[in-house]
Amino acid sequence: MRLLTGNDLKTGAVTWWTGSDWSIHVEDAADVAGSEDEIARREEAARRVNSPYAVDAELQDGSPRPSHIKERVRALGPTVRPDLTLKPADPEIGNWVI
Amino acid sequence: MYKYDQYDQAMVDARVEEFRDQARRRLEGKLTEDQFKPLRLMNGLYLQLHAYMLRVAIPYGTLNSQQMHALADIADKYDRGYGHFTTRQNIQYNWIKLEDAGDILADLAKVEMHAIQTSGNCIRNISSDHFAGATADEVVDPRPYAELLRQWSSFHPEFSYLPRKFKIAVIASDTDRAAMRLHDIGIQIVENDAGELGAAFYVGGGMGRTPMIAPCINPFVPLDRLVTYAEACLRVYNRYGRRDNKYKARIKILVHEMGAEEYTRQVEAEYAHLLEEGVEPPFAELERIRTYFEDPLFEAGAGDEIDRSDPDFAVWVDRNTVAHKETGYVSAVISLKPVGGIPGDATAEQMRLMADLAKDYSFDELRVMHTQNIVLPHVRKADLHALWTALDEAGLGSPNLDTVEDIIACPGLDYCSLANARSIPIAQRISERFAANGKTGTLGELKLKISGCINACGHHHAGHIGILGVDRKGVENYQLLLGGSEAQDASLAKITGPGFSEDGIVDAVETVTTVFERERQDGERFLDTYRRIGMNPFKEALYG
Repeated sequence: MRLLTGNDLKTGAVTWWTGSDWSIHVEDAADVAGSEDEIARREEAARRVNSPYAVDAELQDGSPRPSHIKERVRALGPTVRPDLTLKPADPEIGNWVI
Repeated sequence: MYKYDQYDQAMVDARVEEFRDQARRRLEGKLTEDQFKPLRLMNGLYLQLHAYMLRVAIPYGTLNSQQMHALADIADKYDRGYGHFTTRQNIQYNWIKLEDAGDILADLAKVEMHAIQTSGNCIRNISSDHFAGATADEVVDPRPYAELLRQWSSFHPEFSYLPRKFKIAVIASDTDRAAMRLHDIGIQIVENDAGELGAAFYVGGGMGRTPMIAPCINPFVPLDRLVTYAEACLRVYNRYGRRDNKYKARIKILVHEMGAEEYTRQVEAEYAHLLEEGVEPPFAELERIRTYFEDPLFEAGAGDEIDRSDPDFAVWVDRNTVAHKETGYVSAVISLKPVGGIPGDATAEQMRLMADLAKDYSFDELRVMHTQNIVLPHVRKADLHALWTALDEAGLGSPNLDTVEDIIACPGLDYCSLANARSIPIAQRISERFAANGKTGTLGELKLKISGCINACGHHHAGHIGILGVDRKGVENYQLLLGGSEAQDASLAKITGPGFSEDGIVDAVETVTTVFERERQDGERFLDTYRRIGMNPFKEALYG
């Protein structure tokens, strides 16, 4: 599957296209295979996202997991600061990234 | 330290308002990202892995306590309560919002700071010896010359769009603590037999994907021609440096391909031409700058004894203090490398403490080391125990300067969009391994440097032990290098062989230190032993 990601223009936060909006949670991301360029153009023009691009992903336990480690680090936060990640209370989340 | 005059302040204030307007227009959609990107980069604002990242310039690594307090306040007010001190003596914040960027720059300007020339293809923030003005082995304090070059290079219209970024270091002692020969231009202030000061120019060094040690192209440029000669070096680069391939655009490639002799010939010709043009600033300007770098009022007859009855304190004194030119004083290094910690990170609270301690004990002055530690340059020996006690209570008292725990690590894949592998977890695990096996102290000086990609921000080419993270089909892999140095005995490290996994690289580092322990002779550092016995014993231990 393909996910569309970028950064929020104002805050810089990593965001994922959900099919109708942008979310900071990768588990909300929708498969955009085939339509990524069109959505990216439209959303960037509307300033709802900055510098969007598509990445490969697989479904894991029903949720999308980006194929490349860089995108998984982006999705969650720095592995060395679990307190700053999106899931600071989940002790197993590091296994999802690595 | 240098104080802004009305022109400096007016320039910085104007730049803040200019960028505030640019950011507003970007947010309103009047600028596209393609239009805005070069503008934000000229103000140190990157878009990194998790958010915008702001890199703030700390010229030649020198700060006062008010400035350090301001950096702490920015960390609390606009970021997530911490900052990261970099290998270019700067600080960067990882969680910046574009809508706050103008306010942050305004806060910086209030304390005579900015983020100009921390990105882009210009002359970057000029670095220097972190012990400048304190060490006995320098011929003169190099910072006034670094400041002169900073003023010359700031907004220089001819050098704002160079083929690539350009880094300059200025030192003034034979002991190189600034990796001078691994810069685009390294300048060493020297004294000739007649007692006159001049500048030795080393041009064409650098790390990155093609590491090179700069050759000396002129051993003695009169100091009243310093700017003119630097301008000649830049002009030849600007004229012939490649713009068609960013990987071949640094001056090191030009000097290498043109040949140092021909490059020097062209610089000398340009220099002769520039002398006729008279581009050198008036000597009075250098004299004006120099007045800001006069010695503080050291206490005459300050006690030279240190009470070493507290054993933990004694270890810290032995490891983290450095001889000072003034009797009764030392330079004290605050380690930002706690065991298992993130190299170079400091919380806002720690920054404030360091600022307050600088005010109390070091004439209001701090320095950022390119090795990602902080120096209090002028501390009375009589104050050391009180200083260490305060540092230790705040987790800043690690006695590990220049040891295997004192690791340079770039932000790596945890923060950087260019990285291929994580650097910080490797540094954390290595420091934990050596703290646990108790070898940190016995191994002596051992400089370990880690980069998360070939761009080499972690200086892995120059590590006694270097580690380079690479991407092997989506999996992090780590190459091990041995034998580098960024000091006066500069050398480039060589790869041992096939790379290692995350677990394997920590074991590999321990293995090579075991070889060192077995083979070393009296007084040898790891680097000395490597240079004497060569790579093979290490390869045999690593790969069998």
